[in-house]
Amino acid sequence: MSIEAREARQPWILLAPALTAIGLLLIVPLMFIIVYSFWLRSAAGADTPGFFFDNWIAALTDRFYRDILLNTLKIAAVTTVACAVLGYPAAYFIARSQGNKLILLVLLMLPFWISYIIRTMSWINILGVSGALNSALIWVGIINEPIQMLYNETTVILGLVHFLLPFMVLNIFVSLDGIDTNLEDAASSLGATRWQGFLQVTLPLSLPGLAAGGLLCFVLAAGTYITPVILGGPRDAMFANLVYEAIIRQLNWPLGSALSLLLLIVLGVLVLIYNRYLGMAQLAKGLG
Amino acid sequence: MSAVSLTDIVKRFGDFTAVHKMSLDIAEGSFVTLLGPSGCGKTTTLRMIAGLLDPSEGEIAIKGKRVNDVPIHKRNLGLVFQNYALFPHKTVADNVAFGLNYRNVGKDDARKKVAAALDLVQLPDLGGRYPKELSGGQQQRIALARAIVIEPDVLLLDEPLSALDANLREDMRVELKRIQQRIGVTTVFVTHDQTEALAMSDQIIVMSKGRVEQVGAPEEVYNTPASEFVAQFLGASNLLSAQCTGVSDGEISVEVSGFPKLSIPRERAPKITSAGPVRLVIRAEKLHLRPAGSSVDNGLSVDATVENVDYQGQSARYFLRAGEHQMQAVNMIEDHPFATGEKVSLRLRNRDCAALPAVSES
Repeated sequence: MSIEAREARQPWILLAPALTAIGLLLIVPLMFIIVYSFWLRSAAGADTPGFFFDNWIAALTDRFYRDILLNTLKIAAVTTVACAVLGYPAAYFIARSQGNKLILLVLLMLPFWISYIIRTMSWINILGVSGALNSALIWVGIINEPIQMLYNETTVILGLVHFLLPFMVLNIFVSLDGIDTNLEDAASSLGATRWQGFLQVTLPLSLPGLAAGGLLCFVLAAGTYITPVILGGPRDAMFANLVYEAIIRQLNWPLGSALSLLLLIVLGVLVLIYNRYLGMAQLAKGLG
Repeated sequence: MSAVSLTDIVKRFGDFTAVHKMSLDIAEGSFVTLLGPSGCGKTTTLRMIAGLLDPSEGEIAIKGKRVNDVPIHKRNLGLVFQNYALFPHKTVADNVAFGLNYRNVGKDDARKKVAAALDLVQLPDLGGRYPKELSGGQQQRIALARAIVIEPDVLLLDEPLSALDANLREDMRVELKRIQQRIGVTTVFVTHDQTEALAMSDQIIVMSKGRVEQVGAPEEVYNTPASEFVAQFLGASNLLSAQCTGVSDGEISVEVSGFPKLSIPRERAPKITSAGPVRLVIRAEKLHLRPAGSSVDNGLSVDATVENVDYQGQSARYFLRAGEHQMQAVNMIEDHPFATGEKVSLRLRNRDCAALPAVSES
């Protein structure tokens, strides 16, 4: 084999394990789901293979599904904005701290050592009827009876922010850490106050990280299923709960497949829009 | 009134003192260089003038006004960094115009000023480009344009040439000096490169370990180093242990083993006031090699052997042994360089020697 041919093959050899895993574990099951979504579940309980649009029509026209989809996107959006607002100052602080940057990053990663489910359930101990907050309020004397704070949309968002904040902080941190601190000094020397320098220089240069963190948070939040189960009330189901309901409870694989594909398509379109408008081509040019 | 004056400035970082009590006056319109090896405190000093660091003690005044408590964005200084520090997301024109946005400059006026600044750095057509699309030399010119367009009271340059390659560095050196002379802005330049310092400065401040070793015009610092550090840092110098045997009005007599008796002019040894041990300083460029046995016209002669030759094209650096002394000489090559092992005769003149007090190792 010539050297050129061997060099041309090398990347593929290195990529092969990853591509195989993605192919077997992601692409193939996805194909199954696509095929399932056109099958039909008969009243008798057996699935009818074929090419029917019934599930898709149900998923797209049923107001129940549509409302939950919109609410899911709204919850994801609120979560993302909250993560950005809470995460940016933290990321900035870590990026600009000298010496103990590594310790702070380890602390940031620390929650990942505990299961996401356990972390989510911890809110029951904090906000529950006999939780820490109610006990404290009763002890102080502000309230006499415990208040039901759990099982609503706010607690779902709280749980999601708790879960997703490190992802946002990490993404913003990475882009902030790559910004030359001389740029802020240069801006100050030219007459900009620290805040003006931040708005003019640091913030625009960190937008790629903010946008990447935002996209990650949004997609993970929109696809979440455990948080509403643990922290949400009966009316706080998110779209992934519908999929679970259809497939596990009703054993309606075809409908569940169509619903899950619908969510995938909606999020995919959002990713494309992100890529089109926030693709940061302009900024990336300057950063390279 | 001096453009910048530092009075008893001290800068400490924890237990470490980066700058020891330092006082300095920089004349309006002059080009002053802080020269020294890395860690000598030169950049710390510059950053204190800029307002990026607060001095631990002492007073900084710009144009006679105390600025210790004036934040950097109100000091009206031009700052140029080693890595250019251009805003990567802004065009060249927007980079240059940045400082004008915070001054009361109208849009048309700003456009004219930006164009004039780009003209001054000889890059009039690059306004629409992004910094990444420019070469290092071009980026540094833009950084300079951005710093001078605001008509700063003082221009501060932090090793602005050291990221450029050798040829470009020499061009930029000439260019920088031309621009500085054209606009007449007081300039403080930080470098570890003695050639840059000698070529560009009106005044050089040689620093070492947070202290000022010498302040003077380039020729003065070069010819009459005030300390062994200065003698060695600026060019290659031979430092020999010697004995001063007499001080008269015009000159001092110095004896070095293996050398003929030297009579050094007093202005080359301002610190020698009495007989005793001294250090003799002879610049490597001032030692001239001649073939052994060639006639001595005027001046002094010492026999030596070439131990090594560092050939540099138009010149050569010779490592020599003269009796007990290891010496260096840098000579232009007229025909062929002298060869390793060759016996030579070193010529030197009294007025090319300088003498420093012998100091115990500190």
